[in-house]
Amino acid sequence: MEKALKKYTWVFIGPTLLAFIIGFILPFLQGLYLSMSQFTTVKNATFVGFSNFIRAIEDAEFLNSFQFTIAFAIAAVLLINVIAFIFALLLTRKLKGTNIFRTIFFMPNLIGGIVLGYIWQILINGVLALVSEPLLALNANAGYWGLILLTCWQQIGYMMIIYIAGLSNISEDILEAAMIDGAKGMQILWKVKIPMLMSSFTVCIFLTLTNAFKLYDQNLALTAGDPNKFTEMLALNITNTFYSRAGAQWKGIGQAKAVLFCILVVVIAMTQLRATRRKEVQS
Amino acid sequence: MIQNKIKNGFIIAGLILLSVLYCYPIVLILINSFKIETAISTSTAFQLPTLETFAGFANYVQAIIANCFLTSLFYSLIITLTSVAAILLFTSMCAWFITRVASKWNKLLYYLFAFSMVVPFQMVMFTLSSTADALNLNNPFNIWIIYLGFGAGLAVFMFCGFMRSIPLEIEEASMMDGCTPLQTFFQIVFPILKPTMVSVGILEAMWIWNDYLLPTLVLDIKVYKTIPMLIQYFRGSYGRVEMGAMMASIILSILPIVLVYLIGQKHIIKGVTAGAVKG
Repeated sequence: MEKALKKYTWVFIGPTLLAFIIGFILPFLQGLYLSMSQFTTVKNATFVGFSNFIRAIEDAEFLNSFQFTIAFAIAAVLLINVIAFIFALLLTRKLKGTNIFRTIFFMPNLIGGIVLGYIWQILINGVLALVSEPLLALNANAGYWGLILLTCWQQIGYMMIIYIAGLSNISEDILEAAMIDGAKGMQILWKVKIPMLMSSFTVCIFLTLTNAFKLYDQNLALTAGDPNKFTEMLALNITNTFYSRAGAQWKGIGQAKAVLFCILVVVIAMTQLRATRRKEVQS
Repeated sequence: MIQNKIKNGFIIAGLILLSVLYCYPIVLILINSFKIETAISTSTAFQLPTLETFAGFANYVQAIIANCFLTSLFYSLIITLTSVAAILLFTSMCAWFITRVASKWNKLLYYLFAFSMVVPFQMVMFTLSSTADALNLNNPFNIWIIYLGFGAGLAVFMFCGFMRSIPLEIEEASMMDGCTPLQTFFQIVFPILKPTMVSVGILEAMWIWNDYLLPTLVLDIKVYKTIPMLIQYFRGSYGRVEMGAMMASIILSILPIVLVYLIGQKHIIKGVTAGAVKG
């Protein structure tokens, strides 16, 4: 079969490969080169070595956005997964109306980041005005927690669905055996259900972690980095470096930041996958 | 037993309260979309429309006529439909080839696809948009080529995961009977792939429909605005923000999603789960 298939190589992989080269491989390689250049368009690049990277890590705003992103990611990943897991436990108790709750909790996930950002901006600013606090544009704390609240609202439903699928995959026999051996509710949760769910945790933590680091639309719509770039996350900082700073040097610095950002996300994703994969058990 | 029943009662009451809270942000926008411009501000966001501040459908009329909502809807639809169709057709063919022909190149390609899923868009955004300009992909009718390239990672990854689980024998039998690889793929493999197609289609459609930064950088915003671009344009454009039309546009943009979701709810939830568990 392989022989016959090989004659058709380009029919099968040609279109995807061509688009992949145009849409990913070429821009990626060109991006690597441009991170070591000074340029305003791709055609007028001059090689400058690693100076863009040095300027990037010396940029206080970039460092601030790095810290803010880390602080955001830790809180968001923890909250989303803990709450989603509790929801999943509640919705697998065979209660009435489970499907309706599932439908409602999942829905925000379908709405785009820009729209979500503006919905929550109106809601949060309304609440802040009620309690006479400064609005989002001037209130860094509200910006931080607002972003977390919004991300929770958006992603809890999705992760909950994955945990529900995992929970319903655990066979009744195992749970029954544990009960016969005298395990109580909490013991079953910690000693049986959670170890059996490690692959769901791997997937959910991977998704929430990479989503948190790459977050852009919600950040732009909710706070746009206000006040004074305090709530600017990495993706927004890089995009702003490219498109809203005057001066020929900034595009190169932006591309260098993007390379650093890319390395960071890939390293974090790989580390996380390796760490939780090891804890998975075969059922 | 009675204790359990009381416990379950509390849980259901809690879940109902949570569901109401979950829907509230959207209801708030819905209420505001029926108020006149001057009555939509941070201090009046929670007030219901009164006789003086009720706007009827004026905001919706403005969103559709002055802000050309339907044009944006059209562009969003065209881009999403062409891109998802291209992704489903071409990446399933590609994934079949990669899983059935074992070679170094195919392995490399597979890892490159997986790698592209993790790479943040900022890494390629500048170079991608200039490539798009150079190749004339900067309009809603050609942009699917870019989405095929950038969305291929997830799709190939998911198709490969599924194809490893289908037995070779059927395909081999069909080739023995004289089918060409193309016939074998479209008559034997393609129908088996249907559930995975639904998963991939839903995930890619959700991403492309809501995508903001890629079309903003690739398309000319003065000529073509997708729905997310239109919403952001209310803020980004100079001058006063038209809050009324913005509220109406937000509701109009959620409406089709909610409708599709309520009709295809089962498939969507199943598809998303399958996608995540395999990915």
